Amino acid sequence: MSIFQLLNGLTFAALLFVVASGFTLIFGLLRIVNLAHGALYLFGGYIGFTVAVKTGSFALGGIGAMAAIAAIGFVLDQGLLRFVRGNELRQVLLTLGFAFVLNDLALVIWGGDSFTVPIPQTLRGGLRVLGVFYPTYRLFVLVTGIGVFAALWLLLNHTRLGALIRAGVDDAEMVEASGVNIRRVFLVTFLLGSALAGLGGLMGGAFLSLYPSADAEILVFSLAVVIIGGRGSLVGVGVGSLLVGLLNTLGQVMFPELAYFVIFGPMAVLLAFRPLGLFGRAA
Amino acid sequence: MTMPLTPTPSRVAGMTGRAALIAAIIVVAAAALPLALSNYQVGLATEVLIFGILAMSIDILAGFAGRTSLGHGAIFGVSTYVVVYATTHGGLPPAVAFAAGVLAATVVAAIFGLLAVRTSGVYFLLLTLALGMIVWGICLRWTQVTGGENGMRGDVRPAVLLTNSAFYWAVLASAAVVAFAMWRFVRSPFGLTLRGIRDSESRMRSLGYNVPLHLFIGFTVSGFFAGVAGALYAMFNNFVSPSTVALAQSVEGVLMMIAGGVGTLFGAFVGAAAIIALENVVSAYTERWQMVLGITFILIMIFAPEGIVGKLRATLTRKVR
Amino acid sequence: MDRRQFLKNTTAALTVAGAGVGPWLSAQAQAGPIKIGLLAPLTGVVASGGKEMVEGVQFYLDQVKSEMGGRKVELVIEDDASNPDTALQKARRLVEQGNCHMLIGNLLANTGLAVANYVKGTGTPYFIPIIAADDLTQRQRIKNVIRVAGYSASEFTHPLGDWALKQGYKKIATISQDYTFGHEQCGGLVQVFTEGGGEIVQQFWHPLNTADFSPYLGQIADLKVDAIFAMETGADATRFIQQYSSFGLKAKTPLLAAMNGTDQSVIRTLGEECEGIMSPAHFAEGSDNPVTQKFAREYEAKYGKIPSLYGFSMYSGVMWIDAALKKMGGKVEDREAFIDTVLKTELDGSPLGKAVKLDAYGNPIYDVYIRKVVKRADGKFWNVPVTTYPNVSQFWKYDPETYLKQPPYSRNFQGIKKA
Repeated sequence: MSIFQLLNGLTFAALLFVVASGFTLIFGLLRIVNLAHGALYLFGGYIGFTVAVKTGSFALGGIGAMAAIAAIGFVLDQGLLRFVRGNELRQVLLTLGFAFVLNDLALVIWGGDSFTVPIPQTLRGGLRVLGVFYPTYRLFVLVTGIGVFAALWLLLNHTRLGALIRAGVDDAEMVEASGVNIRRVFLVTFLLGSALAGLGGLMGGAFLSLYPSADAEILVFSLAVVIIGGRGSLVGVGVGSLLVGLLNTLGQVMFPELAYFVIFGPMAVLLAFRPLGLFGRAA
Repeated sequence: MTMPLTPTPSRVAGMTGRAALIAAIIVVAAAALPLALSNYQVGLATEVLIFGILAMSIDILAGFAGRTSLGHGAIFGVSTYVVVYATTHGGLPPAVAFAAGVLAATVVAAIFGLLAVRTSGVYFLLLTLALGMIVWGICLRWTQVTGGENGMRGDVRPAVLLTNSAFYWAVLASAAVVAFAMWRFVRSPFGLTLRGIRDSESRMRSLGYNVPLHLFIGFTVSGFFAGVAGALYAMFNNFVSPSTVALAQSVEGVLMMIAGGVGTLFGAFVGAAAIIALENVVSAYTERWQMVLGITFILIMIFAPEGIVGKLRATLTRKVR
Repeated sequence: MDRRQFLKNTTAALTVAGAGVGPWLSAQAQAGPIKIGLLAPLTGVVASGGKEMVEGVQFYLDQVKSEMGGRKVELVIEDDASNPDTALQKARRLVEQGNCHMLIGNLLANTGLAVANYVKGTGTPYFIPIIAADDLTQRQRIKNVIRVAGYSASEFTHPLGDWALKQGYKKIATISQDYTFGHEQCGGLVQVFTEGGGEIVQQFWHPLNTADFSPYLGQIADLKVDAIFAMETGADATRFIQQYSSFGLKAKTPLLAAMNGTDQSVIRTLGEECEGIMSPAHFAEGSDNPVTQKFAREYEAKYGKIPSLYGFSMYSGVMWIDAALKKMGGKVEDREAFIDTVLKTELDGSPLGKAVKLDAYGNPIYDVYIRKVVKRADGKFWNVPVTTYPNVSQFWKYDPETYLKQPPYSRNFQGIKKA
């Protein structure tokens, strides 16, 4: 695979990482398969787009998207999911119903046209990297992905909240028994995970564009990442994103006929041997 | 949550008599429907029966083995694909194509089962969902065989069943047979073992039951019934495309099952009727039917998790007491 | 007896019987409104296109005050949700419950083909101004499925292949969505281009809704070609044009697109990156033809956007139906006569500004523009004609019978002439 295609795979993986890390945090700690995560991504992208166009600032677009999606996440968690706690199936289907509502709302507000988040002048054009000419913005996505990984790693491994989250992933009841208000940890995690979807929406919206059904597409990729990586593991998401991103590129270049199979085929094989994913542990 | 697991033998006999009578009345009433409904409504009723079978097949696993599959739409759709392919490209007679479709669905279900039975809870959901995605991807991309995005069309339905009413009666007959078979299945000793697994996997394991094997067989049997629904759907639509194997199909099946009531088995038909009616009525009045549907899902999950039939049953039991 | 034939005969017999029983009944039916069932994707992937389809129809109906052939028109709109299963269900509802005299619409080929397969059995007239699948007016014609104001997929790319040769292009690579519409559009270009001595260096086929084009663009960048032909619709088109530009390819290799790739529905939200792309079509919103200009101006005033192919095609399609109904005094109940009249009707007043008629296979013959995307004074982009190929039929310069003997365009058959 050429350097060029390697960069393509890596930059796509970086976006997947940002989106899927939010998914896995929620999945790992709250045991919720949040099927609204894709819709949160798309909604975040639209909001980021609107803010960026209105203010002329990409950074403000990012902040707006994260804040708005965290707020929507709050509504979802506190307003709806609280009524179905402890029942996995009902949680999953509730998030799906929520996704329907969000998507339709987006259609009402923004119409069905494809939008692209405007990027700042400095990120336009291309750079010469490792001997190839490559779009600056995609390199920025790569750097951001790495930055998010580093930030999450620090959060999880060097803060009290992170320690609680990690402990909660392994055994939430135990944490609660030790006198910690696990509900609050849950909520913070949910908001953080949602905000990451919003950030992903803005980042993706600038090079993959925003349109109805973009939510389902990114959700499918995120699911693959999380299934491969394993529940609630940051390293797992990292490895999963890299695998899916690179396989996606490799598949499109070498086996365009089998584009989806190249991702999901290996995933199925992996599942046969490690049903909980590469880094997943039994609950 | 828990239901009377093993009714005493004498009651079983008594119930069967009464249940048989009720079932017979329902089937006869359903058979009379085309006389009262418009042509289009007969079509809708047919759809209700087909999706009712699908929802029921999901209930075998969800209600009686504690495993909810989000991949049954794909199993259903594989059967649809095979039936359409076999009749339009393979030139097989409808009955043979039907059998081929059901067989294909059963094989796919067996493969899904092999991969999925070692997991439970939310992982099972996720896994079956992912497996369904693979099927969808194949149908979408294997253009030479599946027709890709455009799917396949043709005259799949046998000539004698061309009118809406004739086809409805054929589907009703199939649904009655299949529903009875599923009912017998969950009441068989095997079905009771599945319920045991649902209630306590570790206990069943310590009692010496081979849990994965039971789940595998349960999954395959459930897939067989989903395949029957899928084959009927092929004849209903004379058409198949990737949206038939998409996640939305699985979700719809699960929702119908839940709307009817998890573990009620026959509630599946009530759930299917409720959701199909809702989709139809709402979409006739507003463009925003997706939002209405989404809100309905949310409300069902929050307020009526035991489903329509489940709720009725609970109310009735309370009255009896 | 063939069962479809049987059904038809039975229906005919019933109709005759009905007419015998009560002439007043049919007179009463005659007086009622003409019911048109419009199927459009109002939700799902192509929701914005669906909205414009509805606008196009309503724009026309408003102009004629909802009256066609002397009778009131009742429009029933159903959302096909960009999903063939839903489209089928809604078509059933419109025909069996809504008693619509005709169906019109659908955007995605899979929805259109599903509905076409259904009306094959019912005999309901079904008009498809957007559905472009070649074979619906070629090898698998269904009599009651008529492409008023539409086009067959390869109709416009044939002349584009010729135009590319005239530009002196020797080598072209194509990239396309991997489904029939794409296979057919590419096939049209590829056949004419290779028969004229051009060479197709490589053809890329990608799934619909490809999130990231970079893997393909990486390969395209390495090719030594004179031009790229891209067959993309909707969000894929937006993304492709954008990524083509951001990878610096736009400055290097000219981009030719299928008409839907530079349609208003796509370039409306784009900027400089779409400027200069060439595409073939029968309609160019930036044409200086006064009739076209008037239409574009009024449409823009009413809906706040420059009309796309969707709005234009549906508008013209309904106009075509109206023209036929006028000729026959609105007797839409007589399906056979209605279909025949539509097929024979020549459309004068369409926004194209010149008369259009159907060929012997029910597909319109057009003057085809080669269009270029240019910036308007107000900063918006639109398509402006550069050259015109007059009287282009779906068979280009081939003899229809010989042409129909070759297989339909597919991934495996692109009509490539070996040098």
